[in-house]
Amino acid sequence: MSGARAAILDRLGRALGHAGAADDVEVTRRLQAHPRGPQPQWAETPRVRFLAKLAKVAATYAELESKSQIVSAVQAYFDAQALPRQLVAAPHPLLNEVVWPQDWQVARRRAQGEDRTGLNVAFCAIAETGSLVLLSGPESPTTLNFLPEDFLCVLPEGRIVPRLEDAWALLREERGAPPRATNIVTGPSRTADVEQTIQLGAHGPRRLHVLLLKTP
Amino acid sequence: MKPTAHAFERNARQALHDATLQQALARARGGFVDKRRAAIEALPEFAALRAAGRAIKDHTLANLDHYLLRFEAQVQAKGGQVHWAETPEEACAAVLDICRQAGAKLVAKGKSMVGEEIAINDALEAAGFEVVETDLGEYIIQIAHEPPSHIIAPAVHKTRQQITELFEGLHHQPGLTRPLQTVPQIVDEARQVLRDKFLAADVGITGANFLIAETGSAVIVTNEGNGDLSATLPRVHIVLASIEKVVPTLEDASVLLRLLARSATGQEITSYTTFFTGPRRADDPDGPEEFHVVLIDNGRSAMLAGPYREMLRCIRCGACLNHCPVYGAVGGHAYGWVYPGPMGAVLTPLMVGLEEGRPLPNASTLCGRCEAVCPMAIPLPKLLREHRRQEFARHLTPPRARWALAAWAFFARRPQLYRRAARLAAGLLGKLARGRGRFRSLPFASAWTAARDLPAPQGETFMDQWRRRNKS
Repeated sequence: MSGARAAILDRLGRALGHAGAADDVEVTRRLQAHPRGPQPQWAETPRVRFLAKLAKVAATYAELESKSQIVSAVQAYFDAQALPRQLVAAPHPLLNEVVWPQDWQVARRRAQGEDRTGLNVAFCAIAETGSLVLLSGPESPTTLNFLPEDFLCVLPEGRIVPRLEDAWALLREERGAPPRATNIVTGPSRTADVEQTIQLGAHGPRRLHVLLLKTP
Repeated sequence: MKPTAHAFERNARQALHDATLQQALARARGGFVDKRRAAIEALPEFAALRAAGRAIKDHTLANLDHYLLRFEAQVQAKGGQVHWAETPEEACAAVLDICRQAGAKLVAKGKSMVGEEIAINDALEAAGFEVVETDLGEYIIQIAHEPPSHIIAPAVHKTRQQITELFEGLHHQPGLTRPLQTVPQIVDEARQVLRDKFLAADVGITGANFLIAETGSAVIVTNEGNGDLSATLPRVHIVLASIEKVVPTLEDASVLLRLLARSATGQEITSYTTFFTGPRRADDPDGPEEFHVVLIDNGRSAMLAGPYREMLRCIRCGACLNHCPVYGAVGGHAYGWVYPGPMGAVLTPLMVGLEEGRPLPNASTLCGRCEAVCPMAIPLPKLLREHRRQEFARHLTPPRARWALAAWAFFARRPQLYRRAARLAAGLLGKLARGRGRFRSLPFASAWTAARDLPAPQGETFMDQWRRRNKS
């Protein structure tokens, strides 16, 4: 395919009148400066905006004082949805000290096809759209976000940023570069492919429930 | 897919007489238009974002080769591979090579319009691979053996009844309730059937809404999550993307994402927007072991040099289709190739040849709604007119239309003669109408007058009236 590469690049260079030119300064500068486009404005605090948008996309949430309430919050969710006490949890530091009840089946690994409920931890959240940002990695397997029917996600309140661009700034600051998968998740899976009727739970989770932690 | 764009007139006539299709189109039309309008009204910054989005694309296109090289370097730095393809054949060959080397049997495929453009499913099936479309709309048309009829809602032409019949004919799984009646039942059945395919697939193929030069990421937006499962569960992930999909940075993609979802479905953002950057890392518990991007030209580098360059700004939102009176009347299949509606009427002649695609630029009233709603402000009517100009210049216009235009041009270049002929015609037609003021039918125009009357001239030309009234 190297012939195709050379031919395409040559045609592009000739079309643009700079065939064979080295990478120009403007391109390098722009990639380093990554300027922001127009930023949507609103009056609410990020937390209020995030929760309002979350409701709009048919996700639910519970407010927790600290991580010591994670078990009771998950139990309340199991009860409300009449779910078996089975959980696949991310091997995340925030969940390491959680002591799960003896009679629950709790696995700490990536998700598999038959897993019913998954628990992951968000990297941050975006108030603008009510989105969760999840980064793949050993502490946060991507499959947890997509395979189980019920997706629970822990989000420390201080990690709600105003806009998408603020999430990129945080990512650069804390991680340097994106991981294999950066998932921006906004509500449960949905489709409108049958008669334009919105139906939740197409291939991904049918329900999305956020556990909002006051103190991480 | 074999183009049938040349048969647009016949296709359109059939579509207009297809009661089921008309029912499905009527159901879809208002939804897209109303949701988009509401979403844009709720965002005062939309106009500023549109201007910014256009500027991003224009800047990227003006440096396309540099940004593609940066993207390639970043993909390689993250452990992925980039394959360049000039033609659909080269692109398919690259995908087949990767699948063979992976020892694949089953391929899970997410929705990709460039995948339709290069006919990747046909190529994979001909080479003995099983391919399953995983987007519900794409899956429905795959089992119906049809091409998509809309770029974001591929099965928009199908009614629930038709989908139910397709599923009943194909799925014979124990434990599945039947008969299917409701939308939830249909979606559930597809979920169950396709879940096994995701888990068994060796290769996952997705498209890309954007490529990021800064990070080497491929971005896909979906609502179902099928793209993510296709890209995460199989051992190999192949991204199919055309060269104009690259944008400089994550911030640039953010501007375009705000425009894309609102223009397409009236959402602020889709349920899932994912940035894939390379294969599974050493300590990752999941994700594919190989990450390949196939970069496809197929005529785009030539577009960059010519009068159609602005079309390369298109982000495939489908707003022009949803607002087009012609698309709304005949649906996508009448256009006879992968891309329907106004954007397709510009792209199809460029990709399959003006000889084949000739009717499409003419199947437009040039009402301008498409340009008005295009988030990238692509001057679609201007580009359609350019096709018409090329068509005439290359003598592809049918003889009857050429003769009529030549006759009109003969008079138009001779104002004196034009006025005299117009006076004669106005007087004659005025008399023939004999006070009724309109014609019920006209020779040589019976098709036109079958559904409406032609208002008759009053017996005097505009120029004569002007002169007369200015005198008095």
